[in-house]
Amino acid sequence: MIGGLFIYNHKGEVLISRVYRDDIGRNAVDAFRVNVIHARQQVRSPVTNIARTSFFHVKRANIWLAAVTKQNVNAAMVFEFLYKMCDVMTAYFGKISEENIKNNFVLIYELLDEILDFGYPQNSETGALKTFITQQGIKGQHQTKEEQSQITSQVTGQIGWRREGIKYRRNELFLDVLESVNLLMSPQGQVLSAHVSGRVVMKSYLSGMPECKFGMNDKIVIDKQGKGGTTDEAGKSELGGSSGKQSIAIDDCTFHQCVRLSKFDSERSISFIPPDGEYELMRYRTTKDIILPFRVIPLVREVGRTKLEVKVVIKSNFKPSLLAQKIEVRIPTPLNTSGVQVICMKGKAKYKASENAIVWKIKRMAGMKESQISAEIELLPTNDKKKWARPPISMNFEVPFAPSGLKVRYLKVFESKLNYSDHDVIKWVRYIGRSGIYETRC
Amino acid sequence: MPAVSKGDGMRGLAVFISDIRNCKSKEAEIKRINKELANIRSKFKGDKALDGYSKKKYVCKLLFIFLLGHDIDFGHMEAVNLLSSNKYTEKQIGYLFISVLVNSNSDLIRLINNAIKNDLASRNPTFMNLALHCIANVGSREMAEAFAADVPRILVAGDTMDSVKQSAALCLLRLNRTSPDLVPMGEWTARVVHLLNDQHLGVVTAATSLITTLAQKNPDDFKTSVSLAVARLSRIVTSASTDLQDYTYYFVAAPWLSVKLLRLLQCYPPPEDAAIRGRLTECLETILNKAQEPPKSKKVQHSNAKNAVLFEAISLIIHHDSEPTLLVRACNQLGQFLQHRETNLRYLALESMCTLASSEFSHEAVKTHIETVINALKTERDVSVRQRAVDLLYAMCDRSNAKQIVAEMLSYLETADYSIREEIVLKVAILAEKYAVDYTWYVDTILNLIRIAGDYVSEEVWYRVIQIVINRDDVQGYAAKTVFEALQAPACHENLVKVGGYILGEFGNLIAGDPRSSPLVQFNLLHSKFHLCSVPTRALLLSAYIKFINLFPEVKGTIQEVLRSDSQLRNADVELQQRAVEYLRLSCVASTDILATVLEEMPPFPERESSILAKLKRKKGPGTVPDIEENRKERNANVNGGPNHTSATSNAKVAAPAAASSTDLLGLGSSTSLNSTPPAAAPPTAASLLVDVFSENSPPVSAPAHIAVPATAAPAADDNFSSITTKSFHVAESILADVQEPTDKFVCKNNGVLYENQLLQIGLKSEYRQNLGRMYVFFGNKTSTQFLNFASNVVCQDTLASQLNVHLKPVDPTVDGGAQLQQIINIECVSDFVEAPVLNIQFRYGGTLQNIAVKLPITLNKFFQPTEMMSQDFFQRWKQLSAPQQEVQKIFKAKHSMDTEVTKAKIIGFGVALLDGVDPNPSNFVGAGVIHTKTTQVGCLLRLEPNMQAQMYRLTLRTSRDTVSQRLCDLLSDQF
Repeated sequence: MIGGLFIYNHKGEVLISRVYRDDIGRNAVDAFRVNVIHARQQVRSPVTNIARTSFFHVKRANIWLAAVTKQNVNAAMVFEFLYKMCDVMTAYFGKISEENIKNNFVLIYELLDEILDFGYPQNSETGALKTFITQQGIKGQHQTKEEQSQITSQVTGQIGWRREGIKYRRNELFLDVLESVNLLMSPQGQVLSAHVSGRVVMKSYLSGMPECKFGMNDKIVIDKQGKGGTTDEAGKSELGGSSGKQSIAIDDCTFHQCVRLSKFDSERSISFIPPDGEYELMRYRTTKDIILPFRVIPLVREVGRTKLEVKVVIKSNFKPSLLAQKIEVRIPTPLNTSGVQVICMKGKAKYKASENAIVWKIKRMAGMKESQISAEIELLPTNDKKKWARPPISMNFEVPFAPSGLKVRYLKVFESKLNYSDHDVIKWVRYIGRSGIYETRC
Repeated sequence: MPAVSKGDGMRGLAVFISDIRNCKSKEAEIKRINKELANIRSKFKGDKALDGYSKKKYVCKLLFIFLLGHDIDFGHMEAVNLLSSNKYTEKQIGYLFISVLVNSNSDLIRLINNAIKNDLASRNPTFMNLALHCIANVGSREMAEAFAADVPRILVAGDTMDSVKQSAALCLLRLNRTSPDLVPMGEWTARVVHLLNDQHLGVVTAATSLITTLAQKNPDDFKTSVSLAVARLSRIVTSASTDLQDYTYYFVAAPWLSVKLLRLLQCYPPPEDAAIRGRLTECLETILNKAQEPPKSKKVQHSNAKNAVLFEAISLIIHHDSEPTLLVRACNQLGQFLQHRETNLRYLALESMCTLASSEFSHEAVKTHIETVINALKTERDVSVRQRAVDLLYAMCDRSNAKQIVAEMLSYLETADYSIREEIVLKVAILAEKYAVDYTWYVDTILNLIRIAGDYVSEEVWYRVIQIVINRDDVQGYAAKTVFEALQAPACHENLVKVGGYILGEFGNLIAGDPRSSPLVQFNLLHSKFHLCSVPTRALLLSAYIKFINLFPEVKGTIQEVLRSDSQLRNADVELQQRAVEYLRLSCVASTDILATVLEEMPPFPERESSILAKLKRKKGPGTVPDIEENRKERNANVNGGPNHTSATSNAKVAAPAAASSTDLLGLGSSTSLNSTPPAAAPPTAASLLVDVFSENSPPVSAPAHIAVPATAAPAADDNFSSITTKSFHVAESILADVQEPTDKFVCKNNGVLYENQLLQIGLKSEYRQNLGRMYVFFGNKTSTQFLNFASNVVCQDTLASQLNVHLKPVDPTVDGGAQLQQIINIECVSDFVEAPVLNIQFRYGGTLQNIAVKLPITLNKFFQPTEMMSQDFFQRWKQLSAPQQEVQKIFKAKHSMDTEVTKAKIIGFGVALLDGVDPNPSNFVGAGVIHTKTTQVGCLLRLEPNMQAQMYRLTLRTSRDTVSQRLCDLLSDQF
């Protein structure tokens, strides 16, 4: 289990240090600083083992979060916890920065006491935490006995993530499907590896204790229904828009703790009592039949020892009615570049010396279009015999559809005790596809 | 040097550096650097030529980036361009960049050398200085090759400026240090000496450093420097403090120069010429006088400078060791420092006194300070100073004050730091042994030592007690009594139990008359400690018990009872079990006569150098203490039976072999016996012999005879001792680095272990084809520490170099603990040869440099190609080679058993083809082969005729070359 948790600033100074177990000594703080933060060679592995002690770290901006243990723990669990911890901190005081951490120093220790007990992760649901850990100081005077006991029963009860008696005038929910598409492509246009990792994020403002049911075009469910013949027409028409590809194969997925896993295992249906406010309902990954929104065609020609000609064409590959946004193509330049001339048809392109790359930015681009950039790179002859390694061209963008092909079929809300039905709930669905590591070799 | 004007400050550089310093993260820093690099690249690439200022600025930035740890792969050309600038600052930056960044194999080295040459020839002193500094800073072999001739010329040229001469001298010093072989000694050497007369003190200071280094290498060439140095020294010493202006440091006249001159003088013996000698003595006296004067300043720099000169003068006095008055004065001066409140001074005083103590003139004077030193030992706060005090006490000890000093050291031992305890224990043990007038005192001291610091008493110490007690009849009784009393303490150290067990086992009978220490009491006392001891001690105690059976027949029953108990007979440790079983049987079966013979008293040990002394030497390395030891021994002429050799040598290395052959207490013999007997023959000492005795078949009469042969096997059969002692023997051996003869075993085989000591094992694997061979040498590090600066080379002496080409592949300079390093040696045989090449290995282990030289087993027969032929052919060729010098015949006695199969294997291993059915006599062996060398091929026929009755062989060899015949005959005849 986790023996301790440290937070460092970019200089390696300790901002927060919380030790949960005796086997972690004070020197562990320094060991991580010396061997990871100040290491001569940049440490790329998120797990470092120093003197039989394991350090798991994540970095947020300039802040290092490190969990330390001497035991053989489940590394995935530790990272999950660290990410959760980041979420909690963001929910409490916004961006994780040195300034914010220093200002919320007491709060962080309070949180750490709550979400980690003797190294075992506890309830880290922001909504639940916010009911009893607040930034307004001691709340005891304002809270009635009843409220306090209610918190206790909620936190210790079966549904720890939602309290009773929530009431909204307008029952509303927002559903966001956020995907990031990752790609590595050969210069000839062959896909070397591609996958989509997606998240379904939900924001619910519902009264009472509603029971929800979520449906999507999961291949297993669709196939089963096709056989059984009991298609849920109502749900389909409700959230609608399901056209084109029929179903997708999900490689793996994880759910928020509110989802009843037993039901998912037996019927493959996702039913749950949602927490109040924003949370991540599920996470998934697909590798088959991915729609690649952009195709990058590079052309690099070396003219003698002192000149390089680069031409890059990008093609958008989705419905012409949709618009991609925030497109950025990053073309690496050799380390001995001494001058660059760029011509592009669309957007703006600039040579950024500090990053050793040409950055080409396009604000908006419709589907089934094509654009091109060409650059002349002048090189300085060096006495170094090393050849330039030609790093891949990378790309960033945002598209208004899910590259995995995932579609929300329905989300039904049942609340038997209160008098509102599924039809009264206002539901919003949005798809956003972003680029993860989207690279083409050149 | 011209001052850097304000306008030359590079603003861009300052801004860049402050940007870097303000970076919040590593990423930001890298971004800033990338940006700057791109900027510099575009500037360097730009079409219009850069002016000197911007070139300098950009080169400076590149240098800064490089020093931050980033790779720089351009800008070298611009830096070289800067060298040809006429502005000082630009030239300086260019040189700076080059001395930091340009590696020797760069293509630019020619341009750089050219620029340096131009500057050296420029007659502009600042430019010449810059060039000289660059040569010295780079200091590579290439630099040395290019400028080794120029620098001395500049140094001795009449028209060179003083500041340039100064730089040239130091530059030459540096080149001389890095590549001494490249700096030619020429006619300039004589003129360098005259630089000591230079007007400019800076030049003199630099030249003195140079001359000191050179004089250490070739003292004869620089003999003339002595008189000049003395003259110079006396001028400095007698000058008023204001005379030297710039070179007066806090009222001390030219302290650095004085120190260097005194160092230079330490390279030579006292001057022969009385006048010079008188002048030098005068100087030294003046320095000593000055030390007495009240300080001219309270500043610490003043006293430091003054003391530096003084201590160097004292070292010179000690080095000369010829002026009693000076030595005594120096000693008195140091005595004053002993109570100085400055810790460093006290340390230095103690250290210098240590060396003074070894001089016969000042030994007595040093002794007068004994109280102060003892006081220092007790009250000093700094452990290193205490350590020096211990050293000094050790050095000043002689017969008159031994008892006092040993007592003081013993009392200090109780509170001493753990790090120096073992050393103190050794020193006490040595002093006690060396100056013991009556041995009862010695025995008391050592027992006390074991009592106080038992954990730090090494095996050598207690071995030595036993050696001495056994060799001296007069103390045996006393020792037995004292040991018996000491053992009565409820808790005593295991080492004491060992000594007790041994001594009571040998001499228990001497105190058995007293009813308080009757045999049974003695036995019970020993046995009460038995269960608290480790296995080796228990084994020793068992041996003591069996000796008791011999000494006191009345306790036989009790002891047999003990031996018979399950905890002995069925002990889990095989050694103890075997002893118990064997001793029990021995006591039951053997008659009293046999028992008395087998368990006879230990014979006296051969007198040798003290094993403890050897250990101390090992511990310290060839340092100061052994030196003192040797010097003292000459004068004290062997007070006791300790050290044997009185050879007048102060060189620890020469003394080492003597130490090596005598470290073991119970060693089965001298080192030669260990070497000559093959390993298989050594082990059948006690254990297996005793088994022989008890086997039913062997006639009882012959048993004593068997045992009597290895004399050392009889006493108590301490075979585990032999294993301990062989180990210590090996440890001692490592000190010496003489050339080991290639063992004959490699003549007929190609693989095996070539050399082994406790640090290193060298294994060999070799393969040969025609005139070429390849040898894989494996260096195994047997320790857990790294070997540093590991280097090996092969030396072919004189004629061998032309006969054999040996090429080593370079290897890594470090060998990790427990790791093995492989080195490949390629061998080419040019013509026939006799000698074997020597493999020299050098490495640093711990702090000391280890040297090992081994002969590589490359012998002529390795280049054999076997030739099969018929009987007819053989005899035809045999006849062809009938010239008298082509045949060599040797008749010799067989050294090993004359087994046919073994002989066959050896002949095949030798490299020739074994021909069957050629010789009419089937018991003879006939072989044929061709030796391939690069120049010629030598055919070889051989015939070996064994004579079983006479145990003789006759070996006949015919080859086409007489030298080859002789060599092969020598090689092969040693194998049978």
